[in-house]
Amino acid sequence: MSTIVEFDRVGLRYGVGAEILCDLDFRLSRGAFYFLTGPSGAGKTSLLKLLYLAQRPTRGRISLFNTDLADLPRSAFPALRRRIGVIYQDFRLIGHLSAFDNVALPLRIAGAREEDVDGPVREMLAWVGLSDRSSARPATLSGGEQQRVAIARAVIARPELLVADEPTGNVDAEMAKRILYLLGALNRLGTTIVIATHDLSLVAATPGAHLMRLDRGALVDPTGALRHPPTREARQ
Amino acid sequence: MIADLLANPAESRLLGSGRLRGPMPWVMAIMTFVMVIIAAAGLALAGAAELSASAAQSRYSVEIANGSGRQAEAAERLRQVVGIRTVRPVADSEMRAMLERWLGSSGSADIPLPALIDVELAPDADPVAVAAAVARSFPGAELRAHGEALAPLVAALRSLALLAVVLVLLVAAATAAAVVLATLGALTAHRATIDVMHGVGATDQQIARLFQRRIAVDALAGGLGGALLAALVLTITAATLGEWTAGFGGARLLDRSDLSLLAALPLLAALLATLVARAAVLRALGERL
Repeated sequence: MSTIVEFDRVGLRYGVGAEILCDLDFRLSRGAFYFLTGPSGAGKTSLLKLLYLAQRPTRGRISLFNTDLADLPRSAFPALRRRIGVIYQDFRLIGHLSAFDNVALPLRIAGAREEDVDGPVREMLAWVGLSDRSSARPATLSGGEQQRVAIARAVIARPELLVADEPTGNVDAEMAKRILYLLGALNRLGTTIVIATHDLSLVAATPGAHLMRLDRGALVDPTGALRHPPTREARQ
Repeated sequence: MIADLLANPAESRLLGSGRLRGPMPWVMAIMTFVMVIIAAAGLALAGAAELSASAAQSRYSVEIANGSGRQAEAAERLRQVVGIRTVRPVADSEMRAMLERWLGSSGSADIPLPALIDVELAPDADPVAVAAAVARSFPGAELRAHGEALAPLVAALRSLALLAVVLVLLVAAATAAAVVLATLGALTAHRATIDVMHGVGATDQQIARLFQRRIAVDALAGGLGGALLAALVLTITAATLGEWTAGFGGARLLDRSDLSLLAALPLLAALLATLVARAAVLRALGERL
């Protein structure tokens, strides 16, 4: 299985503060499913920010889609970001847009024609159970509905890498199970999934997923699966 | 470039509604109004300078000190001078009427007046040669160019026209500064939207297009409003100045090309605002990842 993400002695600090992340050294396999856990303040969200290119590391090297980011001009970032789906912890839906327009955003940004947007967006809204709320503004949606819109937006463009920050944090157990099922289906289509969560029951419910644990900015990889990822056959 | 300035309906929804609600259209209306008024004044001054200079170009007077009473004879001799096309003796009463404006009727009565004869030179006449011929034709006769007397006025009018150009440029610079501030304010207000757009792979150009379109529409609306108000003021002013401009032989101080330039000013201002907004957005976004 090829590598989709590679961190080489990566460190991150904000301003002149202490390092939030230090000496992160790991590889993620294409098509695999990862859970990132750890206590609050361990650096999970910061690590995800590095993955979805919202932050540059202060030291070390990151390779994404076999592209070294160190010397990459920022003009090259949009093309890489279009290959990544992000589910933010706070959803980050655009408040004045309808659910439909929020979900359609990645397709429109990628230059899709309007006639090619309608079908996939309606299909995706149906997938997350929001067909009847397509014209609703985020403020009129419940937390769980907003989360599902955010998920639909993250996966609409069939990203190669999906990064999710507590994607089940605002939904009930039944909806959490459903979301995990949706992400599993996406993973089976070939998308690499990285989910930051406190909920270890999600890990238990996802056979074959890898567990990454962050503690005070350092990555714990007791099984060695990150440094030496197993093949899909071996995992099965 | 044009495609870059425009956004489709889905794109324009990204910044929400807000057109004509912010200060931008009003700022543009005021700036355009001021710009058009100053530009019109400058063009009128430049036009007046050119009209004055061209009117005086071939106009001369022959002055004969203590020549009162010999004006008819002098005029007859001047008609024989090669290069002089027309000759018009200026009557004493006409000169005294002119002097009365400054000296009053009692003050001007006793002043000895020279003989004054207005002449117009032929278009190809050499003023120096004609002046020499005039001096030879009648003792004490001196050819004086009207242009010499008007030169300080023409120079002043041209300086004022240049000053108007500088003022228009300053107003344009102030407009650009206002656009930059408004654009940066809009960027701050829409920061969350921009972050999401960047997150899903939007390029700086895509984001800039949204803002420049918004600014272009607001600037055009405000600019046209300001220009219409300025046109109204200029029309009223022109009507009140009608009598004064008759002194220029009925010629218009603003010709068709001047009016075209004034009409283009709101469009140019909107284009300037759009380009400045684009540059400001791209510069601001360039400082982010």
